[in-house]
Amino acid sequence: MDGTILLFLLQDGITNGAIYALLGIALVLVFAVTRVIFIPQGELVAFGALTYALLEAGKVPGTVWLLAGFGLLAFVFDVVAAARERALARRLAKAVLIDLAIPGALVAATLAVAGRELGSGAHFALTLALITPLGPLLYRVAFQPIAGASILTLMITAVGVHLALVGLGLVFFGAEGLRAPAVSDLMVTIGPMLVTGQSLAVYAVATVAIVALWLFFDRALWGKALRATAVNRLGARLVGIRTGFAGSLAFALAALVAALSGVLIAPMTTIYYDTGFLIGLKGFVAAIIAGLASYPLTALAALGVGIVEALASFFASDMKEIIVFMLIIPVLLWRSLKHTHVEEED
Amino acid sequence: MNPRRAFLLLVVVLVLVPLVPGVPIFWITLLGNVGLAALVAMGLVLLTGVGGMTSFGQAAFCGFGAYATAVLTTAWGWSPWAALPVSLAVSGGAAVVLGLITVRLSGHFLPLGTMAWGLSLYYLFGKLDLLGRHDGLSGIPPLEIAGHALTDPRAVHYVIWIAVIAAGVLTTHLLDSRIGRAIRALRKGQIAAEAFGIDAARTKLIVFVWAALLAGLSGWLYAHVQRTVTPAPFGLNAGIEYLFMAVVGGSGQIWGAIVGAGLVTLMKEALQRIVPALFGNAMQLEGVVFGIVLVALLQVAREGLWPHLARFVPGRPRTAPAEAAPLARRMLGAGDTSRPLLVLEAARKQFGGLIAVNDVSFKVGRGEIVALIGPNGAGKSTTFNLITGVASLTSGTVKFDGAVISGTSPQVIAGRGVARTFQHVKLEPEMTVLENVAMGAHLRGRSGVLASMLRLDRRDEGRILKEAATQIERVGLTEHMTKPAGSLALGQQRVVEIARALAMDPELLLLDEPAAGLRHFEKEALADLLKRLRAEGMSVLLVEHDMGFVMGITDHIVVLDFGTKIAEGPPETIKTHPAVLEAYLGGAA
Amino acid sequence: MSEPLLEIASVAVAYGKVRAVRGVSLSVGGGEIVTVIGANGAGKSTLLNATMGALPLAEGAIRFAGHDVGRLGVEERVALGLCLVPERRELFSTMTVEDNLVLGGFRVPRAVARDTMAEVYDRFPRLKERRDQLAGTMSGGERQMLAMGRALMSRPKLLMLDEPSLGLAPRIVADIFRIVADLRASGVSILLVEQNARAALAAADHAHVMELGEAIVSGPAAELARDDRIIRSYLGFH
Repeated sequence: MDGTILLFLLQDGITNGAIYALLGIALVLVFAVTRVIFIPQGELVAFGALTYALLEAGKVPGTVWLLAGFGLLAFVFDVVAAARERALARRLAKAVLIDLAIPGALVAATLAVAGRELGSGAHFALTLALITPLGPLLYRVAFQPIAGASILTLMITAVGVHLALVGLGLVFFGAEGLRAPAVSDLMVTIGPMLVTGQSLAVYAVATVAIVALWLFFDRALWGKALRATAVNRLGARLVGIRTGFAGSLAFALAALVAALSGVLIAPMTTIYYDTGFLIGLKGFVAAIIAGLASYPLTALAALGVGIVEALASFFASDMKEIIVFMLIIPVLLWRSLKHTHVEEED
Repeated sequence: MNPRRAFLLLVVVLVLVPLVPGVPIFWITLLGNVGLAALVAMGLVLLTGVGGMTSFGQAAFCGFGAYATAVLTTAWGWSPWAALPVSLAVSGGAAVVLGLITVRLSGHFLPLGTMAWGLSLYYLFGKLDLLGRHDGLSGIPPLEIAGHALTDPRAVHYVIWIAVIAAGVLTTHLLDSRIGRAIRALRKGQIAAEAFGIDAARTKLIVFVWAALLAGLSGWLYAHVQRTVTPAPFGLNAGIEYLFMAVVGGSGQIWGAIVGAGLVTLMKEALQRIVPALFGNAMQLEGVVFGIVLVALLQVAREGLWPHLARFVPGRPRTAPAEAAPLARRMLGAGDTSRPLLVLEAARKQFGGLIAVNDVSFKVGRGEIVALIGPNGAGKSTTFNLITGVASLTSGTVKFDGAVISGTSPQVIAGRGVARTFQHVKLEPEMTVLENVAMGAHLRGRSGVLASMLRLDRRDEGRILKEAATQIERVGLTEHMTKPAGSLALGQQRVVEIARALAMDPELLLLDEPAAGLRHFEKEALADLLKRLRAEGMSVLLVEHDMGFVMGITDHIVVLDFGTKIAEGPPETIKTHPAVLEAYLGGAA
Repeated sequence: MSEPLLEIASVAVAYGKVRAVRGVSLSVGGGEIVTVIGANGAGKSTLLNATMGALPLAEGAIRFAGHDVGRLGVEERVALGLCLVPERRELFSTMTVEDNLVLGGFRVPRAVARDTMAEVYDRFPRLKERRDQLAGTMSGGERQMLAMGRALMSRPKLLMLDEPSLGLAPRIVADIFRIVADLRASGVSILLVEQNARAALAAADHAHVMELGEAIVSGPAAELARDDRIIRSYLGFH
């Protein structure tokens, strides 16, 4: 193997790693705030990619019906919960706005503009707008009713949501794979390397997204509130932070990040309704390596995962997935040994 | 209907179904599939519901069983029966290797680990030439009995269900035994289990391997029923499906596994028929329905269906035999009586910068009641944890009967005769008081896994239960013997913990706030009991806030404040000790 | 005054089947300090947590500042001016002192929060010195001050303190009780749960003694401090 191939593999690894980093950071965020191990994030990535590809192809993506359906379901949940707590009058208007009006407006907008060749920028924005609300709606329907349950119960629920979303992906997007056209045909030569415009876009978007998240957590009151919820749920409630809303916000950010990642990979590979799972899992491996706790470590680990994957696909393409997933076992073991006796600390 | 009748009814129905004329073959095949799934789900119930280890990778063990026999019977020409032990050995061996790692994973890391190896093994099955890569292996011979090939689903039905029933009976026996109690103690954390000498990692491994053997058996049967093996049924989705069955059935109930497997298999079948009729094409909607049902189930009925069914077959709680040979007892005071039983020498525990226990030294003599007192947060519970090996010392030593015990494990310390209770009660609330107390006598029994499964442990088990009943009587809770421990008042639960500690036949009893939550007369009864124990030669170290209680029974008091020993001596001296008064009453006095 | 600020009526709180608190009633008037004393496990903390809404009520009603708050969430009670400093402080340990205070004012307008923070810094100069330090790295006494400061950021009408002296050196305990007295002087009502019965009775106007989940004795604090049974059970060595 010569240097060029190695450089090529590294570049490939870093491009994928940047996407895994985004996903991993979102997973850490969701886990910290809600204790949910958000396995179905991968599905949202695939939905993002497919939505973008369909919009680019001038079609109405099935996402709109998915969004409308989840909105309706969340509305039912909200109304029932409010009625039970005898607070229907107080909460109805909000439920109508969040569960019906916003998804409804997005569906209408998509139906109106689909096929009008608005350009990639508009499709990109529309994709983000369609996928992001799915996060809080999923949280409302699947996780919020059992927000106090054990991590394990939440995790099995997450697996249930994953199963359901893969199936729904097949229903709403079909079994056929899609690939979006590249953002640009740009090719840049940096030394011996040939870097595609798409890769540059990935680096740029990932960097901007990570910096934006960092600013949000460090400066904004709501960012601090999310961190506070992650550090100490009871403490957060005692200062008046609604942890349910914090959960919704975390899921919204995770869905936004998933949509972003989806749009970025859509031109790089053919995406099927069930492709997301494996992509999400790799972000997940990175998040676990970082103990589901540290954002910078997650980003670093994600780049590592991307590079290992790229090298493995060259040297042992058959064993690529096996190598990536077995990476996690020693890490889990190490984390567990560090974690002994958390049972009784009082 | 009692459980025995319900069980017989199940067997009769299973025997008769294939014999009823006109029952379509298709139904029989379906019932066989239910049995194959039930085998795996049963192991998973034990692993997840009882043992507290959630596995998403269980399908991989079916894969080991299935591929092992497929290779041996197709490439090597072995007979299926000869391949059975190898199939089981391969799944069991794989379980030992994976289990050694997996049981050491804590909390949610464990299911994530099973997901990782489950997924990796699935890919591995599809990449190995030996296993036919993605196409798998075909041409596997059917099972044969006395020269007759079992190709008729009716015949296969009997083989499958004999395996299921046998597995269910063995597993039920296992749970209703000394080892079973150890397994059930694991779910709520290991500290209590280890305090009674249960080797948590080993017990978990036993469960893990048994669950894998059941899955391997299912895989072996599957290979010879389907006659072809591909990677798909051994992937992560299949693993999730099996877990789903266990949850649907009720994830603590062995027989619930059959209910779960039945419902899920039938639901899958129904969906495969209904969906094309509704949508015009064969879309795989099982995932959607399974996912939604799983999420809904966790929201409305986290216990699964079995508890609702079990109301119709109420079981009788186990009771102790009227007569049983007493267990061997430890000779109290058999050691060198000239030296104290327990000695702490400059024991120190540091958590980061915080010094929880600061070079504390004290002794507990034989046949003495010593109290450890101090304000909240003074380091009393941490000191208990240092003595019992739950926490490790930063420096210093703890000696018991002359030997250094610091640095050893809680099981070893328990084995030497140190029993304890907990400040936050650690009983199994669903188990009866009798079973909880019997857990204390774990180290005094001998029967292992095989003996338990085959019911060769009944004599041993009877002696343990008899001992537990004796201790319950001793602490005055006989009338509560067969109630679930969780139904007792908190103060009584503390007394159950004392009975459990006594069942260990200890030489030293460590009691963490034994009188908290007790009414006045209950406290008096407890004080009498402790005095009796002392008269019998037992030594007691207790942490307690009720000063009246402490002053009335102790020989010696050690006072801690901010992790440091500020005074020690007989009760009369402590009452008037200026440093003690200062610590308790504070500057605001 | 017609209605007390806080009124707890026949409240029961259960963990599963076990009732940790049964039939407890008490009230706190404006500008009053009321204390609840009792042994470990008597149900004192459970009562405070249920009053705050962190635990559901099994029975009974809670009225606060003219509202029936028994079914409201914690956040809504905070917004009404009820605030709890819990036994374990529940600080945001990996965040700075200042961020902890900022979040304490989550429910109040920015300008008010800014002014309140200045007041809190005046009351606890120590916190101002350590504003950029992480909460988790502070000493026990400083953590208690931060917890109280964070609670004050929400401008409470009633402050509930759960074992504020827990694990603190006597000198610091004295500081804490001085601050409690100051707070009352500035118009904040206080419901105080304490193991340190002597100090609590000295600070309070009215007291309740809990045992096994029930309030067994109530009365003016000064009277209870002279009660023989109380002295024997809760005031330690005499």
